[in-house]
Amino acid sequence: MKTAGNKYGSFIALITLLALLVGVPGYMSSYTVILITNILMYVVLTLSWAIFSAPTGYISLASAAFFGTGVYASALLSSSLPLPVVIVIGGSASFTLAFLVGSLTLRLKGMYFTMFTFGLVELVRNSLHWWEVNITGTVGRIILSADNTAIFYSMVGIFVSVLLVSYLIKRSKFGLALESIGESEEAADHSGVNVTRVKAVTFAVSAFFMGAAGATMSMRWTYIDPTTAFNIQFSFMPVLMAIFGGTGHLYAPIAGATVFSLLEEMLTTKFPYYYMLIFGLIMLAVIRFMPHGLEGVIEKWRHRIKRESIVRI
Amino acid sequence: MLIKFLDIAIGGLLMGGIYALIAVGFGLQYGVARVLNIAHGEFIMLGAFCTWTLFTSAGVTPLVSMLFCAPFFFAIGFVIYRIFFTPLRASSESPAAFEGNSMLASFGLLFVVQNLALIIWGTPVRGYSYLAFPIHLSGAVFSANRIVTLIASIILGSAFYVFLLSTRTGKAIRAAAQDPDAAELMGVRINRVLALCFGFGTMMAALGGLLLSMTSIMLSPVMGMQYTLIAIIVVVLGGLGNIKGCFIGGFILGLVGYIVSSSQPGLSMVAYYVIFLFLLLVRPTGLLTK
Repeated sequence: MKTAGNKYGSFIALITLLALLVGVPGYMSSYTVILITNILMYVVLTLSWAIFSAPTGYISLASAAFFGTGVYASALLSSSLPLPVVIVIGGSASFTLAFLVGSLTLRLKGMYFTMFTFGLVELVRNSLHWWEVNITGTVGRIILSADNTAIFYSMVGIFVSVLLVSYLIKRSKFGLALESIGESEEAADHSGVNVTRVKAVTFAVSAFFMGAAGATMSMRWTYIDPTTAFNIQFSFMPVLMAIFGGTGHLYAPIAGATVFSLLEEMLTTKFPYYYMLIFGLIMLAVIRFMPHGLEGVIEKWRHRIKRESIVRI
Repeated sequence: MLIKFLDIAIGGLLMGGIYALIAVGFGLQYGVARVLNIAHGEFIMLGAFCTWTLFTSAGVTPLVSMLFCAPFFFAIGFVIYRIFFTPLRASSESPAAFEGNSMLASFGLLFVVQNLALIIWGTPVRGYSYLAFPIHLSGAVFSANRIVTLIASIILGSAFYVFLLSTRTGKAIRAAAQDPDAAELMGVRINRVLALCFGFGTMMAALGGLLLSMTSIMLSPVMGMQYTLIAIIVVVLGGLGNIKGCFIGGFILGLVGYIVSSSQPGLSMVAYYVIFLFLLLVRPTGLLTK
C-alpha cells in the first residue's frame, strides 16, 4: 500500500514538473529559459551517467567524449537537416562509439576502466584537433543556431526520454542483471547473465543521451572547437552531481544536478575568478562529509519522520 | 642514418627519465596509498613554478632549489593525506569505495591547486633558460640541461629503490602495498605509512616538475593534466608499484613520443594513448609481470 502511494505521489510530482517546464518559455524571460536549458543539460548528463555507472559501480569519465561527439555531429549536419533528426544522429553516433569502445574495454576492472575512459576523452579530442588542423584546415566551426525555445523543448524531450528509459531499465530484468553485475560480476556471469553484452549495451544507451544532449547544446553555442566540445568538465560534472545527489532513487541525480548547476551559475556570476577554487573545496567537502549525497540526508529525515509517527501511534 | 637513430634514441631516453620519475610517484600513490591521484600533474606544475619563481626572483639555481622543494612538497602531501584521506579511508565502507571516493576527491584537489596557481601566477606562460649550452654526443646535439635531468631522475629513482629495499620504513611500505590490513596487524602504523607514501608521491611529482622546467619548456598553470595522463600510461606500461618497470615504461614512452613528434607534432598524445589502449587490452598488469 505504502509503495503504491509513493509511486502515485512521484507520478503526480513529475506531471506537475513537466507542466511547469512546458509553460516556461511562455511566461519567463529568455535568461530563465537559457538557465533552465543549461540545468536540464546537466540533469540529462547526470541521469544518463547514472544509468550505467550507478548499478554497475564502473566509474566512467568518458561522458565528455560522448557529449562532444554529439556536438560535432550537430556541427556537421545542422545546416542541412532539421533539429530532431540532428539530435537522433548525434545520439546514434555516440551510441556507436560507446558500443565499440565498451565491447573492447569493459572487461577492464575497477580503476583500470576509469583510467581508460579518462584517456578516451583526450584521445578523441587530440585526434580531432589534429584532423581539423591538418586535413580540413580549420580549428573552429560556426553553427547555424536554432532559437532558444526550440532548443529548450528539445532538451525537455531528451529529459523525459532519459527519465523514462532509466525508470524502465531500473524495474526490468535487464536492470536486475545490471545490479547483479555491480554486486558480483562472477556470480552474475555464472547465473546466466551475458555480462559483456549487458554492460556494453547499457554503456551505449547512456552514451546515446549524452550525444543527444551535445547535439542540442551545440546549437546554442554557435561557435565550437575541439577544446570546448570535449571539455573534460563534461566528464566530471555528471559524476560529481550524481555523488552530490545520490544514485539510489531517480529523484536524487535530478536534485543533485539542479542544485549543483544553480550553484555553478551563482558562483560564476559572483566570484568569476575564484569560482573553480570554491567549487573544488565544495567538492572535497561533499565527498568527505556527505558520502551518500543529498539522498542520504533526505532518506535519514524520512526514516526519522516515519519512526516518530510510529511512536505516536 | 646512424646519427639519426642515435638522435632519436638519446632524445627519447632524456624525456623518458622524467616520465619515469613522475610515474614512480603516481604508482606509489595509487599502488600503496590507494589514491588514483588525478591531481598528480598539478604538483608537477607547482614544482615547476616554484623553481621558476626561485630562479627568476632570487637567483636560486634549480639544482639547489631541489633541496628546498623536496622536503616542502613531501610535507604538503603528507599533511593532505593526514587531514583529508585518512578520515575518508576510515569512513568509507570498503577499499573499493575508498578508491572511488579518493579518485573523485583528487579531482577536487586538482581544481583547488590549479586555481590557486592561476591566482598566484596568472595565465601568461613562463619559462627560463638554465644550462642551455649544447653537448655533442657522437654526432647528435643535445642541450646540457636535458642530460642533467636524465642523470638526476635516475639518481632519484635508484635512491628511492634502495630506500624501499633496505630500510625499515621501506619494508613497511612494501608490506602496506601487499595488504594494508595484514600490515596493520603486524604492527605497521598504517595511516602514517600511507601518508608517507602520498608525501613521497607528491615530492616526486614536484621534483619531476622541477626537472621538467629546466628543459626550457613553457610553463603554465594548466600544464598538469597531460603529465597526469603520461603518468597513468607509464604506470600501466610498467606495472603498478614496480620502479624498474616505471623506468622501462618511461623510456619506451619517451622514445615513442620523440619519434612521433619529430614527424607529426600534434599526434604524440594520440600515439601514447594508442599504446596505452593496446596494452590495457593485452596485458593490463604491465609489461614485466609473468
